[in-house]
Amino acid sequence: MEFPDDLKYTKEHEWVKVLGDGLVAIGITDFAQDQLGDIVYLELPEEGETVEQGEPFGVVESVKAVSDIYAAVSGTVAEINDPLTETPENLNEDCYEEGWLIKVRLSNPKELDRLLTHAQYQAFIKEQEA
Amino acid sequence: MILEEPLLCEQTVPGRQGYSLPEPGANLPPKEFLRQAAAKLPEVSEVDVVRHFVRLSQQNYSKDVGLFPLGSCTMKYNPKTTDAAAALTNFAQAHPMISEEEVQGNLELIYELQNYLAEIGGMDAVTCWPAAGSHGELTGMMMIRAFHASKGNPRKKVIIPDSAHGTNPASAAICRYEVVTVKSNQDGILNPADVKAVMDEETAALMITNPNTLGLFEKNIQEICEIVHKQGGLVYCDGANLNALLGIVQLGKEGVDVLHFNLHKTFSTPHGGGGPGAGPVGVKKKLEPFLPTPLIIKENGRFNLEMARPQSIGRMKAYFGNFGMLVRAYAYIRELGPAGLRRIAEMAVLNANYIRKGLEKTYHLPYPSPSLHECVFSDKLQKETGVKTLDIAKRLMDYGFHPPTIYFPLIVHGALMIEPTESEPKASLDQFIAAMKAIAKECEETPELVQTAPHKTFRGRLDEVKAARELKLRY
Repeated sequence: MEFPDDLKYTKEHEWVKVLGDGLVAIGITDFAQDQLGDIVYLELPEEGETVEQGEPFGVVESVKAVSDIYAAVSGTVAEINDPLTETPENLNEDCYEEGWLIKVRLSNPKELDRLLTHAQYQAFIKEQEA
Repeated sequence: MILEEPLLCEQTVPGRQGYSLPEPGANLPPKEFLRQAAAKLPEVSEVDVVRHFVRLSQQNYSKDVGLFPLGSCTMKYNPKTTDAAAALTNFAQAHPMISEEEVQGNLELIYELQNYLAEIGGMDAVTCWPAAGSHGELTGMMMIRAFHASKGNPRKKVIIPDSAHGTNPASAAICRYEVVTVKSNQDGILNPADVKAVMDEETAALMITNPNTLGLFEKNIQEICEIVHKQGGLVYCDGANLNALLGIVQLGKEGVDVLHFNLHKTFSTPHGGGGPGAGPVGVKKKLEPFLPTPLIIKENGRFNLEMARPQSIGRMKAYFGNFGMLVRAYAYIRELGPAGLRRIAEMAVLNANYIRKGLEKTYHLPYPSPSLHECVFSDKLQKETGVKTLDIAKRLMDYGFHPPTIYFPLIVHGALMIEPTESEPKASLDQFIAAMKAIAKECEETPELVQTAPHKTFRGRLDEVKAARELKLRY
């Protein structure tokens, strides 16, 4: 399983990439897509909606289960990966590059400090698998 | 054996029919209500129809064929005597709109069933109208909301453990409550301190499943109920797993305020496609004014239907619930009696633990605490060979068994949730254990065989992804 070291993570298995200019991209991790199995449906918010750290902003459905996707940070949705909702199976193939879900303009950049670092997330996954 | 079975409409031969009706005579409805063209029904003979359904039944798997270990579903054998009871003319042919006077016996049966269930659950009153477990949850949560609203504040939140039954969060959300999830501890049960940390005066209720979906008894239930009650909240217990407690634990006495019963699980009425279900709900005295109407009231030996209940949440189901299921459950309880019901729980727990013991060295047990009526394994030991839970479940079909519940509860990665029920003799448990062991061996030696299973069934591996993405609901 791959976890790029330039990302930040959450215990709900989402990743955050800082894009600069107060903008971040959010997606789900390799662990999340592997646990979900074949993804068949993806529901994302509209651009301009506000999201709040720790609250659900979207839904991902796999052959196993329907799960909420939680916002790793608070802010306004600047862009959504609309084409991905047509081909949600791509999330299983590439959850980091092509598989980003939304871009958020941060309302509280300090929240980034509360996220897990690459090392912390890896330790958390080890704990999960123990 | 014929392996392909066309639909009846595909077997149509124009003009063929398997029935003869009498001439309609003079009693036809007015002309404007008559069909202009013939209905497009399959044109087939009696033998076509009989063979069609017998063949389909041979392709089906049911409890009458063998072990059906779907965890959390309690797929027990449905005794034929209860079907015979439900088929008695005065039960089966009673029109739901005939007067109370003419169905006194039927009302008495429902009334008595309510009392039996109340005693089994340790509750003060029971309604038999809900048509399914989830409908029972909705009924219960609507009563909880009405209870709080009558005190001036319906409250905002409902606490639900992550080991609760899957429909609980939906039932709370439909009643406009925000769901607060509490994690179970490392032993797989709920810590009272974790409930205390989130319980407040804006919390309407805790929804708990006991035993929970790991098959573990929530042994701190009394303390948890006290914590919830202290802040004015109520405790809802999902009775999905009541089979483990029959005649042993009365959940009402543990502090539960609302409890639903799944007649199609615990009380052996048909399940799934063979249903319909029935989900009676029991409540404590303080919630009685909110019970759905009508209520069956016994006065001077007569049974009357009462509608005048100003605080009632109203009607939850047309007529008298799924009455045929109530008859079956009544017959089942009468047949077994208190000692028989207790024996069910004992045998259900014994059977599940027999499987658990038989497989604990072969499959990973994520929660080693003692379990009751079901046991949850994972695919952790097999995963290294590339075989997953889904593959193991599919391979079981080649060994002649219905697969267990998989990927639930969500707190266990790759869960295999096995509930044999009390119906199974030791021989069938032994066969199941042997099959599971043989599959574990295949995972090591010939993983591909498992990954591409099933091989011996009427259909091979179905494309679940395609089915989910390209859903077609009509022919």
